Amino acid sequence: MMNKISRKHDFLIKPGMKITGKWHNHTYVIKKKLGSGAIGTVYLCETKGSYAALKISDKSASMTTEVNVLKSLGKVQGNRLGPSLLDVDDWINPIGQKYTFYVMEYIKGEAVRPFIQQNGNEWIGVFMLQLLDDLEKLHKSGWVFGDLKLENLLITASPTRIRWIDVGGTTLIGRAIKEYTEFYDRGYWGLGSRRAEPSYDLFAFVMVILSIYYPHKFHRENPSQTTTTTTIFKKIDAIKTLTPYSICLKKAITGKYETSAQMKQAIQTVLYQAEKNHQEITNQKPFLMESVGILFVAGGYYFISLLL
Amino acid sequence: MVKKGTLKQILLITDGCSNKGEDPAATAALAYEQGIVVNVIGILDDDQTEQPEGLQEVEDIALSGGGVSQLVYKATLSQTVQTVTKQAMTQTLQGFVNLELKQILGSNETMDDLAPEKRGEIMEVVEDLGETCDLEVLVLIDTSASMNDKLPTVKEALIDLSISLNSRIGRNRFCIYSFPGKRKDIEKVYDWSPKLDSVSTVFPKLSSGGITPTGPAIREAMYQFSKKSLRRSLRKNDEQDIEEA
Ligand SMILES: Nc1ncnc2c1ncn2[C@@H]1O[C@H](COP(=O)(O)OP(=O)(O)O)[C@@H](O)[C@H]1O
Repeated sequence: MMNKISRKHDFLIKPGMKITGKWHNHTYVIKKKLGSGAIGTVYLCETKGSYAALKISDKSASMTTEVNVLKSLGKVQGNRLGPSLLDVDDWINPIGQKYTFYVMEYIKGEAVRPFIQQNGNEWIGVFMLQLLDDLEKLHKSGWVFGDLKLENLLITASPTRIRWIDVGGTTLIGRAIKEYTEFYDRGYWGLGSRRAEPSYDLFAFVMVILSIYYPHKFHRENPSQTTTTTTIFKKIDAIKTLTPYSICLKKAITGKYETSAQMKQAIQTVLYQAEKNHQEITNQKPFLMESVGILFVAGGYYFISLLL
Repeated sequence: MVKKGTLKQILLITDGCSNKGEDPAATAALAYEQGIVVNVIGILDDDQTEQPEGLQEVEDIALSGGGVSQLVYKATLSQTVQTVTKQAMTQTLQGFVNLELKQILGSNETMDDLAPEKRGEIMEVVEDLGETCDLEVLVLIDTSASMNDKLPTVKEALIDLSISLNSRIGRNRFCIYSFPGKRKDIEKVYDWSPKLDSVSTVFPKLSSGGITPTGPAIREAMYQFSKKSLRRSLRKNDEQDIEEA
């Protein structure tokens, strides 16, 4: 058993190495390192001619917890809720130390911020609706994502879709959030508990949107509720792209939505309203076209992505 | 369902080495014998780079106290306090489950020796226990002069810990002691209470002087818990389960 939170994740695993499981005997060829975090390191690997992501760690308990979440999400109908789980096993390294690993679907994608920079702000509306859809499904199946943050989101291509990875924070509704990151955590901002409720994710959701525009984040000055609310509201107001959504975003910060469906409904109304305005003003006020046009396009993209 | 018991932890927060009284690793071992786990957080000064030798003691105390230790800089104290507390809870509960396994399987198998599928089922039980069990944490703060600039951060981290733990289903009790005390080895700062949010007003003042009696402080801390030991209280609940069944 571990007595110390260890910080080394690299067990000298190198590209080209083969990892064979102790229990199920499947072999994985390591291709490259994808990233590492608090719990373990994730590698791109190849097995039976296709790619997969392999996460390995010496923290057996935390890994087992993550596997349990992935298994449970895998049972949700038509699941896109996190990568699908392919294998779970132990690996004994050449000098006899034991590690736990699991293999999951490789999600090939691009980080959110560069995607928006290249493809335009009209995608914000699309991603918001897609994320709220997924959150709604997740919450309905009894879970709260917990550690929702920009680093845990990827944009996959054809169809363009936002997806999340890393279910390390995913917690059963009603329990204490397992893992979180201060900036995205309502507890840190003095704006709520760390009990797993849909509204916990919706708060983090708004902070995700903000972090796209504030790469260096921002901090609380002191943890009192009124000052932190003012800080966050000011940050929302300062971003022009977010103006149409600002009422929705602020409501989520103060915990006014009980479900993602409610918030999604509100954002859809914004998009619908924009579309209507668009039709009404096309002839009269062409200078308004640009900002409204963006919303119009967002609505279109989103509805197309639903059909795909 | 598994019935809840009470986990007991001492959370020692220090920035240096003990220099008075018995070996803190020994008193930590004593506490562990009484069913109290000792966790230690060593705060590094911002200009300290490597793990300083003096803080080896931090790891030794936690090892013999059955707990978790971690060296941190001020900036990440909040998250570390929580990780350490929760990890120690899991570790204790896992230890308890391993003991049960040994009785059932009659061998030296632990959870980690089981096939991944079985391990998953047992981990669910451990998680249930961690969520529902009651927890008592005695925070023991080193207030020797060098801690001066660290205490405000410690205070924030403790309030934050209380937010996290009170989001669990199980009940919590916290209390805070500082050491060295004026006349005694430790001094009560905050009496047993379910929350730490009013801690701001009572936060300890620094004791000047250079003594750090960590060993005696842990020993005194031990006596501040109620009598029942963890093992006994869990066993008692097991019997209740059987009676109810
Ligand atoms: N299924 C996956 N497909 C592609 N990349 C992944 C996948 N899972 C993880 N990664 C990459 O590995 C990194 C670390 O994995 P993560 O699960 O976040 O570790 P931790 O939980 O320890 O922080 C992620 O930031 C991501 O870049």
